[in-house]
Amino acid sequence: MTNTATQPPRPRAAIAAKTLRTDRWWLAPLLTVLGLGAWVTYATVRVFLQNNYWVEKYHYLTPFYSPCVSKGCDPHAAHFGQFLPDSPLIPYAALSLPFLLLFRLTCYYYRKAYYRSFWMSPPACAVPDGHKTYGGETRFPLIFQNAHRYAFYAAVVISLINTWDAFLAHEKADGAFGFGLGNVVLWVNVIMLWAYTASCHSCRHIVGGRLKHFSKHPVRYKLWGWVSVLNGKHMQLAWITLATLAITDFYVMAVAAGWINDLRFVG
Amino acid sequence: MASKRQFRVWRGDENGGDLQDFAVEVNEGEVVLDIVHRLQATETPDLAVRWNCKAGKCGSCSMEINGMPKLACMTRMSSFAEDETITITPLRTFPVMRDLVTDVSFNYEKARETPSFAPPAGVAPGDYRMQQVDVERSQEFRKCIECFLCQNTCHVVRDHEENKEAFSGPRFFIRAAELDMHPLDAKTDRKEYAQAEQGLGFCNITKCCTEVCPEHIKITDNAIIPMKERVVDRRYDPIVWLGSKIFRRTS
Repeated sequence: MTNTATQPPRPRAAIAAKTLRTDRWWLAPLLTVLGLGAWVTYATVRVFLQNNYWVEKYHYLTPFYSPCVSKGCDPHAAHFGQFLPDSPLIPYAALSLPFLLLFRLTCYYYRKAYYRSFWMSPPACAVPDGHKTYGGETRFPLIFQNAHRYAFYAAVVISLINTWDAFLAHEKADGAFGFGLGNVVLWVNVIMLWAYTASCHSCRHIVGGRLKHFSKHPVRYKLWGWVSVLNGKHMQLAWITLATLAITDFYVMAVAAGWINDLRFVG
Repeated sequence: MASKRQFRVWRGDENGGDLQDFAVEVNEGEVVLDIVHRLQATETPDLAVRWNCKAGKCGSCSMEINGMPKLACMTRMSSFAEDETITITPLRTFPVMRDLVTDVSFNYEKARETPSFAPPAGVAPGDYRMQQVDVERSQEFRKCIECFLCQNTCHVVRDHEENKEAFSGPRFFIRAAELDMHPLDAKTDRKEYAQAEQGLGFCNITKCCTEVCPEHIKITDNAIIPMKERVVDRRYDPIVWLGSKIFRRTS
């Protein structure tokens, strides 16, 4: 069999312009750079601030400090012990943050987003990528994108911890039941985090996508169908959870710092 | 109502060419392929263009319209502004033959290299029985009309000619997924083949193939990513690998 792919390439059409697209193809990558850049800046500043992360009166703990396992944590906020050294260079939630970062970095949606917007590979469809050679995810370091499912497992554990935090936030400092706007903010964030985590492509594969015969596994087929519906919204959920995380953290910070009072519905 | 609209059409062959300007009559309800045909009927009777069904089902009239890979027969003139100059060029990824016609034989070479359906042992043709839930994933990929817009827009080969040997492209990833998900396909090493021979790892899932697919096949989400995850099962996940060795489970 002749393989033309191995023969010297025949010329393509001699078109001088690198792209002939006339729409605003640059807008999506630009917005992605601005959005992700702003979020990463805010999150980095917040995790190293090491204050205003816990509202003692209502037991609100920001997700950026959960689980709070540093010796520098407020002991009431440390639901899982305090064993990490207290240092301005070590975030109080240093146990979870690297895995959350890894989960987002290896996420199939975020990969598309940052390959396009930060790495220009390619910046948009039918727009040339910014590199002379290209090996994709075939070699170090990008071959480690294949470890996404392990980051997913970690994200499930961290979502459980966030859920536990939301439960604990209903018990006020005096032990009585409490319910305020802060609880709504925490729960919305947790629900969205679960939706994003469950919509993950690796999750879709694990729950049923890897099967060859759905008919032999009706429960997993049902689960796969539900995850597939969420998976169709993976991009939206990725952005929504960035927003809910930042809003939750800012709300807790604002209440903890005394900038605003929590709107109380019960207690 | 008819109006004169501005067009730039690439004309040339493998020795060179350029964009040429034309003012062409456009009528209500027309598509870009109608305009190309009007050009052939009036100013440029020798303009080369490949087309056939005019219904978005044969995949012949793939070209680039204002820089985006599209089917000319499915691109309505009403989607452009009245005063917009419309640029029509051949597919960039494949060698040009003449004007808007390119040599897409790269795709046929890759098709021939892709292992075909492996019949199950002990089941005679005609006795194949499958449940709908088992075969519906594969059916999505059978909608492919082989227009090769996905192959053309994929930056792995569009921007890097040297990758053509190692990379089969999205059209053949959906073929691999179709067969790997097929309930009766007996071949068990399609995942390894996709990774080692088709170059699945080159794909960085930037989803341009999905964006340009005229059949709206979710190439990336339903074929490429599932195949990548299946490759991870075999190549990169020690727990799954160990589990399959110990329990010898089938799916």
